[in-house]
Parts: sequence; C-alpha cells; structure tokens
Amino acid sequence: MKQILAVASKEFHDGLRNRWLISITIIFAILSIGLTYFGAAASGAVGVTSLSTTVASLASLAVFLIPLIALLLSYDSFVGEQESGTLLLLLTYPLSKSQLLLGKFLGQGGIITLATILGFGASAVILYLQLNDIAVLSVFATFITSAVLLGLSFTAIAYLISLSVSEKSKAAGFALITWFFFALVFDLALLALLVGIEQGISQQGLTQLMMLNPADIFRLVNLAGLDSSDINGALAIAIKSSLSQGQLFSILLAWVVLPIATAIFIFKKKSL
Amino acid sequence: MTKTPQKTPLVKLTNVGKKYPKLTALSAVDMQLAQGEVLGLFGHNGAGKTTMMKLILGVISPSHGNVEVMGVAPDSKEAWHMRAKIGYLPENVSFYEQLTGLEVLSYFAKLKGYSNQQAQKHAIALLEQVGVAHAMKRQVKTYSKGMRQRLGLAQAFIGHPALLLLDEPTVGLDPIATADFYKTVDALKSQGTSVILCSHVLPGVEQHIDRAMILSSGKMLAMGSLQELREAADLPVAIKVKGLNGSLRNDSHLVKYLLDEKNGDLLTVPEQDKLTTLRQLLSYESIKDVSIDSANLDQVYQYYLSRHLSSNPPENKKLKEQS
Repeated sequence: MKQILAVASKEFHDGLRNRWLISITIIFAILSIGLTYFGAAASGAVGVTSLSTTVASLASLAVFLIPLIALLLSYDSFVGEQESGTLLLLLTYPLSKSQLLLGKFLGQGGIITLATILGFGASAVILYLQLNDIAVLSVFATFITSAVLLGLSFTAIAYLISLSVSEKSKAAGFALITWFFFALVFDLALLALLVGIEQGISQQGLTQLMMLNPADIFRLVNLAGLDSSDINGALAIAIKSSLSQGQLFSILLAWVVLPIATAIFIFKKKSL
Repeated sequence: MTKTPQKTPLVKLTNVGKKYPKLTALSAVDMQLAQGEVLGLFGHNGAGKTTMMKLILGVISPSHGNVEVMGVAPDSKEAWHMRAKIGYLPENVSFYEQLTGLEVLSYFAKLKGYSNQQAQKHAIALLEQVGVAHAMKRQVKTYSKGMRQRLGLAQAFIGHPALLLLDEPTVGLDPIATADFYKTVDALKSQGTSVILCSHVLPGVEQHIDRAMILSSGKMLAMGSLQELREAADLPVAIKVKGLNGSLRNDSHLVKYLLDEKNGDLLTVPEQDKLTTLRQLLSYESIKDVSIDSANLDQVYQYYLSRHLSSNPPENKKLKEQS
C-alpha cells in the first residue's frame, strides 16, 4: 500500500505541476457555468434555464470532452516511462506491476476526479443558489458521479493503449482513434443499424448494444431522469426501455474495473 | 582477490540461457559472485551484458538454467525483500525531466521503503556523495550529461545495497568524476558490497575489478582474474629499452624478439621468457632504462574476441546485424 501511495502522490503532483488539474477544472467550470447561463440563448432567453435543459447540454458536451481529456492525460503513462527507461528501473524496485499501475491510476484518476468535482460542482452551486431547489443537488450528484466514472473508465482504457504499444507516438494515434470511435462512430453505427435494418433491432437490443460504450452509458444515466422533450434520436428510444440507474452505474463501474484488470494482465505479460 | 568464495555466493548462475523468438541473447553462462567482489562484464553492444543484468535483477526469466541471487530466484515472489538490497543503474536512463534532482531521488528512496522524511534525508546525503548537491533543487532537464549520470549513480546507491549492477557507469563522466566513481566502488567493495560493472573496455577499469568476464554474441568467452586471463591468452610482454642504439640487432639471443623491424628498442617477449630476457638486457653496460608492459585488459579482450570470431565466422555476421 505504501508503494501504491508513493506512486500515486508522484503522479498527482505531476498533474499539478503540469497544470493539468487547473486547466481541466477551468475548462469544466467555464463550460458548465456558461451552459447554465446561456444554454437557452438559442431560444431567446438568457439566464438560468431549466435544470433538465442544463444537464442535458452539459451531458452532451461532457461526453465528448471527458474521454478526450482522460485519454490525453494518461496515454503516455507507461509507454513514456518505457521510452525514457524508468519503467525498467522501477520494475527492479520492490514494487509489483499491479502496485505501479494502481498507484498511477490513483494519482491520475485523482486529478480527473478532483477536476470534475470542482469544475462541475461550481455550476451546481450557482444553480442551487439561483433556483433554490434541492433537486439541483441530487441531479448534479448523479451527473458528477457518472462523469467521474466516465473519466476513470477512459483513464483505464488509456492504460490499455499505453501498455500495448511500444512508441509514444503510436499511443497518441491509438488514443485519438479510440476517442473518435467511442464518442462519434459508435453512435453513428447504432443509428445506421436502427435506420438501415427494418425491424432488425429491438429496443432491448439497442440498449444492450449501448452498454458496449461507456460514453453511451453516461448519456443514459444523465438523460433518463429528465423530460424527454430535451432528448431525441436513438437515445430517446433507449431511455424508454427500462434499465434502472443502479444497473447503469454498475455497468459504468464495470467499465472502470474491467479495463484496469485487463491492463494489469497485459502489464504482467509484457516483457521489457 | 577473492577467487574461490567459501561462503554461498551472492549471485550464482548455472548454465543460464535466454532465448527470444528471433535470437539467442545468452547461452550457457556459468558465473558466481562472492560478497565484496567486483566483476567486470565486457562485450560489444548486443553481446548479452544487459540481458544478463536483467536476469540477475529478475526482470526477465531465463529460458533454461538457474539464477540465484542471495539464495533465491530473483524472478520469484520470495525475492521481494532482497530487491531493496540491489542497486541498478540502467544504460541510457533519462529521469523525470520536470522533477528536481532531489525529488527524483526522494521518489526512488520512498519506493525502496523509506518514509517521507528519511527519503529526503537519504537523498540529500547521496546527492552530496556524488557531487550534485548544489543542483538538487533544479529540474533534471537542466542537468548536463555527467550530472544525469551521477544522479543515476546516486539512485543505484539508495538503501546501501549489497549488490550493485552498473550498466556503463562512467559514460558521460569527465576524468575526475570517473576517478571519483572508481574510488566509490573501491569504498563500497571494502564495505562488502558486490559490484557487477558492465562496460566497454575502458582504460583504468582493470585496477578496480577482481575478475573479468568477456561476452560475445551471448556466449561467455572467458572469465577469471586479469592475471589468469592474461596467462591463458599467453600474450607477450612488451619490453622497451633505452640507450642500446640498435645493438640488439646483433644479439643472437634477443634478435628474435624484435618483431618491429624499424624499432630496434622494442622487444616482444613471451611471458615465460620475460626474466631471462631481462637478465640478458641488464648485462649491457650502456642500457639506460627498461620499461615492461604486460598485456592490458584491452589487449586480452581483443585476443579473446578475435579468437572467437575467427573460429565462428557466421557469428561475426550475426553480431554485426545485432549492433
């Protein structure tokens, strides 16, 4: 445990030193406060809009940003140290591969978690003060928790990439493709399936397919509870089929745990 | 010189080999290292030096044979506790550029089990020892090559290791720092630390090693003290004389040792004829000076290498491909 904490504290301090924490927090805060105030500008009104509109727009932005940031933060975690030779050195220390990986995850995951809480928490506080509605807090608690899990999930996926390639530049390329796939291509493919195959895919089947993408689970978690007038497309159909919030959170959590376990497995097999 | 250790050796390799799908990095190596012994490991790039170090460190497992370090297999779970007692300096390591020297060293000390405060203290002491203390608050990216190398050495010295594995430790060090480094090695040796120095053959290394091992394309060509290797190689002694003005050319006994036609003052004498030759030389009244040079490590190394390459021409080709 002591070793894990030593690694975690180093990674966390790296995140502070490289201004990751402050930049991510500022990006999240500006976005969420901006959306909170100007989210309804398109419909002609400026000011605090309805809770469901705000969370709906926040979720559809966060679903692009959070995976990208998590991948950027962590894609070179292992391949970078491998290139500079410190990975080999670390492995001659009394430090197991799983300890090193969990330490890194704790440190970098800590950066993502803290930035998410601070950044989105800021707009939660503002909304709460404006609307004076306790529902704000519970909706934002759900939003922030799922956003944190989404970030951790993509941190774990970034480790998978980082451990599977031998060059930093390749890892960057794969990270970009991974982001593109989960954030854009996956949903387009789902839509194509939906439209292209007549009666080929049931509501149930669609929802099950969506479980294969942590970004979609994140969307479902946050949009399921809202007025469906703000939501359209494939999501609206999926939402109507019933998966409880608890189930969705468990699957999202599995999207953190499974990639981490797989990453540890790959790391143990990896020869240096 | 500790040639035949009585106690259980600190490191013991028995018929160790490492095969990768495309090449055999190491084959059939036997080696023992006693406590307080310094072994020099010599060979070209790709000769298997780093592979051997990785095997001893337990980072990779041997394809066949047995590796034992302090009585356990280094790649096993039981080897955990002894890892804190091993120091390693990898070749070409670049430490976290954004951290200061002190931060880098404290981090590694913590990973070796030091508490936060102790780690800091230990790190400062080590930085003073290697002479980088003045720059410890500066980021590593501002360090010169020599300073980085010293930082790497300080890292290897963390936790007073019983076994040190140093891969090219003097690369980038200026002559004074190199001399300092060897002084440190001598001091560690007298405290009972065993050292494996992996190196290209460098002038000056021979006074500091007890034994040498010569590797080429994964095979052990020779191992022993420098004296033993020299005797086995049977390399001649060079004797230089002054003041004879070429009169040796007329000496029927000595003329056969004048291998260099132009230089009448240089004799190349087999080891066993050294003393007889000296006696004959000293009988010359006009002799002013004699200097005797036994074969140095470099010559011994070249000898074994060329012998190996001439008996294995295909290996020669393979070696070139690897390096």
